[in-house]
Amino acid sequence: MKKLMLGNEAFARGLYEAGCRVVSSYPGTPSTEITEEAAKYDEMYAEWAPNEKVAMETALGASIAGARSFCGMKHVGLNVAADPLYTASYTGVNGGLVIAVADDQGMHSSQNEQDSRHHAIASKVPMLEPSDSAEVKEFVKTAFDISEDFDTPVIVRMSTRVAHSQSIVDLEDRANDVLKEYVKNPQKYVMMPAYARGKHVFVEERTNKLVEYAESSSLNRTEISETAEFGVITNGAAYQFAKEALGDKASYLKLGMVNPMPVELIRNFAAKYEKIYIIEELDGIIEQHCRNIGVTNVQGKEIFGCIGEIQQSVIAEKLLGEKKEFVALEDNIPVRPPVMCAGCPHRGMYYALKKLGITVSGDIGCYTLGACAPLDALDTTICMGASISGLHGFNKARGAEAEHKSVAVIGDSTFMHSGITGLVNIAYNASNSTVIILDNSITGMTGHQQNPTTGKNLKGDPAAAVNLEELCRAVGIKRVVVVDPYNLAECEAALKEELAADEPSVIISRRPCALLKYVKHNAPLKVNSDKCVGCKMCMKLGCPAISMRDGKAVIDHTQCVGCGICQELCKIGAIG
Amino acid sequence: METKSIMIVGVGGQGSLLASRLLGNVLLAQGYDVKVSEVHGMSQRGGSVVTYVKYGDKVYSPVIEKGEADAVISFELLEAARCLPFLKKGGHLITSTQQIDPMPVITGAAQYPENLTEKLAAAGAQLVAVDALSLAEQAGTSKAANVVLMGVLASKLDFPEELWQNALEQCVPAKFLELNKKAFELGKNA
Repeated sequence: MKKLMLGNEAFARGLYEAGCRVVSSYPGTPSTEITEEAAKYDEMYAEWAPNEKVAMETALGASIAGARSFCGMKHVGLNVAADPLYTASYTGVNGGLVIAVADDQGMHSSQNEQDSRHHAIASKVPMLEPSDSAEVKEFVKTAFDISEDFDTPVIVRMSTRVAHSQSIVDLEDRANDVLKEYVKNPQKYVMMPAYARGKHVFVEERTNKLVEYAESSSLNRTEISETAEFGVITNGAAYQFAKEALGDKASYLKLGMVNPMPVELIRNFAAKYEKIYIIEELDGIIEQHCRNIGVTNVQGKEIFGCIGEIQQSVIAEKLLGEKKEFVALEDNIPVRPPVMCAGCPHRGMYYALKKLGITVSGDIGCYTLGACAPLDALDTTICMGASISGLHGFNKARGAEAEHKSVAVIGDSTFMHSGITGLVNIAYNASNSTVIILDNSITGMTGHQQNPTTGKNLKGDPAAAVNLEELCRAVGIKRVVVVDPYNLAECEAALKEELAADEPSVIISRRPCALLKYVKHNAPLKVNSDKCVGCKMCMKLGCPAISMRDGKAVIDHTQCVGCGICQELCKIGAIG
Repeated sequence: METKSIMIVGVGGQGSLLASRLLGNVLLAQGYDVKVSEVHGMSQRGGSVVTYVKYGDKVYSPVIEKGEADAVISFELLEAARCLPFLKKGGHLITSTQQIDPMPVITGAAQYPENLTEKLAAAGAQLVAVDALSLAEQAGTSKAANVVLMGVLASKLDFPEELWQNALEQCVPAKFLELNKKAFELGKNA
């Protein structure tokens, strides 16, 4: 049966067909749907872990126990999971272990544009990279075979275009659903120095064998065109862009295995043409490999650079001198950046923070969007959890002067991911810091995933729920208050009181995301245009449902959920 | 057949995912190689959303770049103007006349350009501008504007009606099916 599937959906199908039994992941665009889709197959156990490190350790534990296992994450998630990855490379596996890492070329939804191939190289773990949904499914199954044949975790590298493009996939049956025997083997699984030294030798020998495999594996494919004037070495999504732009005007060496890379295969291909172009996104890793093995008739990064996605138009222009024609209006088209939704519960707290002129240490989630005008709410955003630990450092550096006018903001899911350790540090090392947990009762930005605070698991079944108030008190924070961010006065009062206090505090700003299905919306609000004086107070909220028409505020009834914050701000009572 | 390219553009939350999935299903049923490229995550939150649909004998890149689209379907007027450069010369531009102010307009940092429908028509596109929001509300909910526009597109593409109906049945939850079928019909006759 043929089906149109997202790359991520095809990944989940590959897990199913490969007989994978245990799935543990943390959501992150563009990787999230792999695990959501995997959860739809009853044959696989699937869960959201609190973070990527826990997810990878869970998957490794399941692998050691004898099950084919999987964990998935975005590129920056692999930094969090790097610790287990680098040592899992030494232990190897029992049941096959496959890791998805989804890079975000172009930073559609990320804070950096790191190239995850570096992690594969540094951890000495093989990495495969498919270029469309059909390949995704095929490569996932091959990855499990490689994992078990070579006794190694295998990373399958996705990218936004592969993860979030649908293409045609042939569905096959599930196979190999076996739980291997578990045998105690400390030399393999206890990585203390005496045993780890032996395993490092094993890892180096394994890499040599994998290079041999790469020379002849069908993962690496040569496509020779009789009419080609030059050769192209490429991988992943870039292969599709190159084929689109160059068609049969080039011959291709498509590397489906991007670590380790073959040597003779590349030398032989490169010897066929005077010019070889390396078309790879982000860093010049294939290009450097070519130079390392003495293949010098290559050009890549000097033409295409290492920033963002490679465009097919740029390939066509640079290599063929072809350009497409198009028309554009003369008008200046205003940009439309993403914004916090109408009714977003973060908005009220952000308005109060801006009004009081507070320095805000931000974090990763929907609430990062509050950094834009008109709320201009954030001073920093670095990585998951950095709001809290960063605030502690900021306050240690600047002392009481900063402590009384700075806060950290962090979402419920991000707090569970890696905020809690920062809060422990605040309590333990006594900075008078104020932390705001923006608890919207869901992992919002990645599209509504459950987390340890929501009381539901990945499958939507009831689960233990972390009590944030009790947790904060347990780590040593005595001042814990809960506010409703739809109530501006309450937010402002809590901020003033907790910032004035001479000990650390946590303010839990609690209201479920307005997009959650169970959240009941109020009737849309309307502006009484006779009363409205056009003072634009309501515009300070940056609510996408409110705009000005002919000097008066108007509310878009298709967007407004009746949260009432603008009503609270309107001094003349024109909104009702 | 040479690859054809259709862009579906709008504002995050307007339902472009459903529209592209409908179209993708129709194309798959027609026996084409199909690629549909979506945008998830941060870009969805009220920002510009672009979906690419490509079909033919063999599709490589899932991405559509400037000067490559045979048709652009836009859920919002400013987004239609933004994506005009993606249209091939003489391509179809189907747009809803709905206007949603982007944040720079809301904050007063920029102006929403005036008379966009007229300017788009003058730019040489084969323009169809419909009040998809009103038609959707006529069908029962403003949320079905996406399906109204798919109805307009269906009237320009020569695919069997049955395929569209099957795609609707596959992609739309049963309780909203009748409503969406009505929206589709209203779009087709618009």
